[in-house]
Amino acid sequence: MYSWKKLGKVFNPRDFNGLNWMKDFAQAPSTLLKNDCLRVYFSCRPSPDDKDQFVSYSTYVDLDLDNLFKIKNLAKSPILKLGGLGEFDEFGTYPVSVIRDKKTVRAFYGGWTRCESVPFNVAIGSAISYDDGDSFEKVGKGPILSYSQDEPFVISGPKIRKFNNMWYLFYIAGRKWKIVKGRPEPVYKIRLAISKDANVWTKINQDLIESRIEEDEAQASPDVFYDNNKYHMFFCYRYSSNYRNHERGYRIGYATSFDLINWIRQDEIGGLDVSDSGWDSEMVSYPHVFKHNEKTYMAYLGNGVGRYGFGLAELNGTLA
Amino acid sequence: MKFKKLGKIFDPTEHKLPLNCFEFAQSPQTLVFDDFIRVYFSTREQDSKGKFLSHIAFVDFTKDFSKIIQISDKPVINLGKLGTFDEHGIFPMNVLQKGNLVYGYTSGWSRRHSVSVETSIGLVVSKNRGLTFDRIGDGPILTSSLSDPFLVGDPFVKIIDDTYHMWYIKGTFWKQFKEDYQPDRIYKIAHATSNDGVEWTKTEIKQLIADKLGSDESQALPSVVQIENRFHMFFCFRESFDFRNSHGRGYRIGHAISDDLKTWTRDNHETFIETKEGDWDREMQCYPHVFELENQIFILYNGNHFGRYGFGLCKLEY
Repeated sequence: MYSWKKLGKVFNPRDFNGLNWMKDFAQAPSTLLKNDCLRVYFSCRPSPDDKDQFVSYSTYVDLDLDNLFKIKNLAKSPILKLGGLGEFDEFGTYPVSVIRDKKTVRAFYGGWTRCESVPFNVAIGSAISYDDGDSFEKVGKGPILSYSQDEPFVISGPKIRKFNNMWYLFYIAGRKWKIVKGRPEPVYKIRLAISKDANVWTKINQDLIESRIEEDEAQASPDVFYDNNKYHMFFCYRYSSNYRNHERGYRIGYATSFDLINWIRQDEIGGLDVSDSGWDSEMVSYPHVFKHNEKTYMAYLGNGVGRYGFGLAELNGTLA
Repeated sequence: MKFKKLGKIFDPTEHKLPLNCFEFAQSPQTLVFDDFIRVYFSTREQDSKGKFLSHIAFVDFTKDFSKIIQISDKPVINLGKLGTFDEHGIFPMNVLQKGNLVYGYTSGWSRRHSVSVETSIGLVVSKNRGLTFDRIGDGPILTSSLSDPFLVGDPFVKIIDDTYHMWYIKGTFWKQFKEDYQPDRIYKIAHATSNDGVEWTKTEIKQLIADKLGSDESQALPSVVQIENRFHMFFCFRESFDFRNSHGRGYRIGHAISDDLKTWTRDNHETFIETKEGDWDREMQCYPHVFELENQIFILYNGNHFGRYGFGLCKLEY
């Protein structure tokens, strides 16, 4: 058995003033170990426009290798530009997931466009870095994973992994838009695509994680970690309506698998719940699990889905 | 190649159409039966905001096109659900007989914020000889990708030597040509292949059909027919802005030939359908659909105003 010991908040975007590309939010942390720091990529937003609409950027913060609560450096700019007129990522590049591939670093990100009948649509784009993750070039103008018959919209939340020389892209796919108090709310489920070369992807076209709290449960951030001969997935889930509060907001769930396709959901073993008070008392979401200095950590978001930053928890015991 | 004009054969304003549609009979496409010929087209209704929604309807003709037998009185395929790719229109639909089924390849439209629209290609299936169609899934079968960043549409599918070929169009740019203009789109003809008509592989090629009007030329609605051992593609092309009303910038019909389905040579002597002042197809000729009927080649097409007032027919003489 094991448990998560919460260590507190690491990064708050409000500690950095005067940036026109980051006012609030530090969402969907994703780590890259470098020689001199632990780099955490995340997504942030400038102030909303006069119609109260946000764009989102992805960027990074470098943490001290010996003290993850010590910030060494914040990126000087977003790592990706927004897409051009009419392109899939014209209004946002969020979230981002990074992985080393030989001498490069690959990034996969959700590209956001705005629609008329529903607020947005998302497809997954890809970018590559030749300078150890400092800057990225998009691999093209279009997405690398988009809509299909069984996955009609909102292809988002990519998490890139490589196991046994195959690439695995875990992501979420929209199932329906549900009208709640006159407003369309997306329902999405965790899905998987597999590739030999990280360029051509084959969707397996099935839900990986059974829905538990309701049929329309929304699931996100499928973060997969291999340890003790087993795959462990940490993800988050919430109710489909009235979820911007303590009772129905995001919680962190857990599932295990031996083959990456068949998963057994076991929230009661590995999940992370809200605190009684403090920065993560309303909701916890967007987990990312990584190993560093022989310890296993989870980076995650607290209240307001990361509006005020992300924090860390440390594993007590081993994942089995 | 020469066309013999047989004139306008259908005017939507002269008939009762399903779903409060009252004008437009765009992109006519044929399904040939033993004893009649069914022509699908896209017509339009206005939604509560006054914006158009395109719907598929059909008209059945006798095989000599001399008489209308019937017009569909209900929707052939419903528009998609909230947030799906074909929520705001289906235009056009290309049909393919497959055993007892009819496959419909649709161009689905959904509205966007910074640009007017996005499109993708869907697949719907009919079990009743094309009277009505059902979706297999809510999403598209061909959509945006690295090579095709947006505006995938206008499918035309043909089986040649057991391989399914799809010619379609893909957007290359959205561009604001003048300061006070809305963004206009530029699109080109592309190609994909399939073993089953459902799972498609896009053909990696920079540009299938060379531009005649420069890189800002838009190319649309390809259709292909085999005549002897050659493949002939008919399509339409235009300038990408000021193309609605300005004479000489609107759609014209293009033609390209290929012997191997890989390399296409554009016909420099464009196959003009001759017109005189005042003709229904004088200012614009668009959305050609080439098909074979009893060993003769015909083309259905739209004229002025993008087919607002119907479509006409030509017979190929070569």
